[in-house]
Amino acid sequence: MSKTLFDKIWDAHVVSEIEDGPSVLYIDKHLVHEVTSPQAFAGIEKRGIPVFRPQNTVATPDHNVPTIDQHLTIKDELSRFQVNTLTRNCEKHGVTLYGLNHPFQGIVHVIGPQLGLTQPGMTIVCGDSHTSTHGAFGAVAFGIGTSEVEMVLATQCVLQPKPRKMRINVNGKLGDGVTAKDVVLYIISKVTASGGTGYFVEFAGDAIKGLSMEGRMTVCNMSIEMGARGGLIAPDQVTFDYIKDKEFAPKGAEFDKALKKWKTLYTDETAVFDKELTFDAADIEPMITYGTNPGMGTKIVSNIPALDEIHEKERLSFEKSMNYMGFKAGEVLEGKPVDFVFVGSCTNGRIEDLREVARFVKGKRKADNITAWIVPGSKQVEKQAYEEGLVTVLEEAGFKLRQPGCSACLAMNDDKIPEGKYAVSTSNRNFEGRQGPGARTLLASPRTAAAVAVTGKIIDPRKVL
Amino acid sequence: MAVEKFKTIISRAVPLPIENVDTDQIIPARFLKATTREGFGDNLFRDWRYKNDGTINEDFVLNNPAYSGKILIAGKNFGSGSSREHAAWAIHDYGFKVVVSSFFADIFRNNALNNGVLPVVVSEEFLARLFSVIADDANAQFRVDLDAQSFEIVATGEKVNFDINAYKKQCLLNGYDDIDYLLSIKDKIERFENERV
Repeated sequence: MSKTLFDKIWDAHVVSEIEDGPSVLYIDKHLVHEVTSPQAFAGIEKRGIPVFRPQNTVATPDHNVPTIDQHLTIKDELSRFQVNTLTRNCEKHGVTLYGLNHPFQGIVHVIGPQLGLTQPGMTIVCGDSHTSTHGAFGAVAFGIGTSEVEMVLATQCVLQPKPRKMRINVNGKLGDGVTAKDVVLYIISKVTASGGTGYFVEFAGDAIKGLSMEGRMTVCNMSIEMGARGGLIAPDQVTFDYIKDKEFAPKGAEFDKALKKWKTLYTDETAVFDKELTFDAADIEPMITYGTNPGMGTKIVSNIPALDEIHEKERLSFEKSMNYMGFKAGEVLEGKPVDFVFVGSCTNGRIEDLREVARFVKGKRKADNITAWIVPGSKQVEKQAYEEGLVTVLEEAGFKLRQPGCSACLAMNDDKIPEGKYAVSTSNRNFEGRQGPGARTLLASPRTAAAVAVTGKIIDPRKVL
Repeated sequence: MAVEKFKTIISRAVPLPIENVDTDQIIPARFLKATTREGFGDNLFRDWRYKNDGTINEDFVLNNPAYSGKILIAGKNFGSGSSREHAAWAIHDYGFKVVVSSFFADIFRNNALNNGVLPVVVSEEFLARLFSVIADDANAQFRVDLDAQSFEIVATGEKVNFDINAYKKQCLLNGYDDIDYLLSIKDKIERFENERV
């Protein structure tokens, strides 16, 4: 029987099915961080049971770490206790930990791919919704809650209802100056922040195949922002070349054996999806969000929708959102002044993103009204940025380089955008207060963020190049 | 481990007619530093309940003495965004047992069910009806019967049925725990590991 890529991977991991209930799904790789795991470790300890498969579990602190002076003791008492709790739990249960000063530490979804832990055909979970990032490698990867983290620690399995399947095709060639982030913001603006709920999405089409691994990760990362359970892309030579020689990738004959299996991971021609959407790459232009969910995005050169373009039932939420953002329905976006630029996060904190910003700002200077933060996604990205001379370029342009972590994407640490200020961010969520109480977030690509940093206002980056 | 059993509820309800209520609104990230499951109710909807200077925002529904109850009725796509189970803990800790919406984000729905909070999905029309019933009478009572899978407006007898898979229903009604179930099939899991190619 013909199967979708998702079916092939999911079905191969079903231990058993519960009648009129969820599947028992076996998990190959469990990624753990400090914020959503302490209650799960406490849970298995209360039950008096060990971590079932510690060798399939990898941990790193990322959400709640400072991004300056990481060599010193964490100042915030609660944060320090939470990070230390992760260390203690990993030591006690034999789980590999890349702690704050380890060369592999970083945002969990940046380090997995970078270390070769993420591989095609795997099931991967983490107590974090952006686990969908790993789907870029042709893996079934999704975020789980803490009770489910406890399930995986206890049995290496989760109880999950099988999601429905959607395919989103982006056909044709992307225009000059249009990036992966623009593609995914465009898709979400069409599908809405809830249109993917209940589905696992396969991204396909020439425009997707033409993306680098970093770009594919950006797209899959944000599949959760349309409500999807996860996103994935069939692995190809780009995928295999990326994985080869990574720290924990299979080596030599083992790699060849794995490759043979990975090459079977694609959607059969006659396989059927529950829903299929097709977009034309030529319609996609540099995008930005103007509201308080990632579905509220538009071309940078467009206006904010007028009130009569909004469905009557949605006007209350729309007006609440405009009120929070300090915007008016129908307004022009370009030219609005911005206060902060944040480059980082599991969406766009990889080396390619830093290169993109550095290439753009080289020899230029950030505008006086802009505070520009650049936060590498991992220690490896940071090291590479120094080695490639990117840090010098960025610092000369007036960017402040911080140390790896989730940082201002969710503002759990001190990296907060002040109340009422506007931040153009390469991250994934523009929710109210996401980047700090009262902070106003506009999501965009690293290229757009660089153009905004240089000009001090919202601008289509194609006008600055 | 035994968990709280879900019993039939007759209660007033709190209306929150906002769409796309994300988990950052339910519990902002800066309150996720705790390492236990308790006490999150104090910060439920923190930035809507309190103004930035820390004073109470009297315009927000949880601060309006006219409304209370064990049922929260919210606009569509409730619980979107972050996977933080702290959102379900906060709702439970505050005292809600049921959340009604026209649909829920996937991860939140699982998290709610795993914490004895019942997500009830109703049609957009019925959701609009519920908001209008509460607007007319803040003391309106509602009856949630999990066994019968029904949600009823007590005064008028209007009743709708909701879906829940049989496994999760039994878990909630009997206070069963997923991990106990998974541990009970550990030999099956080990067999699966051994038989994999």
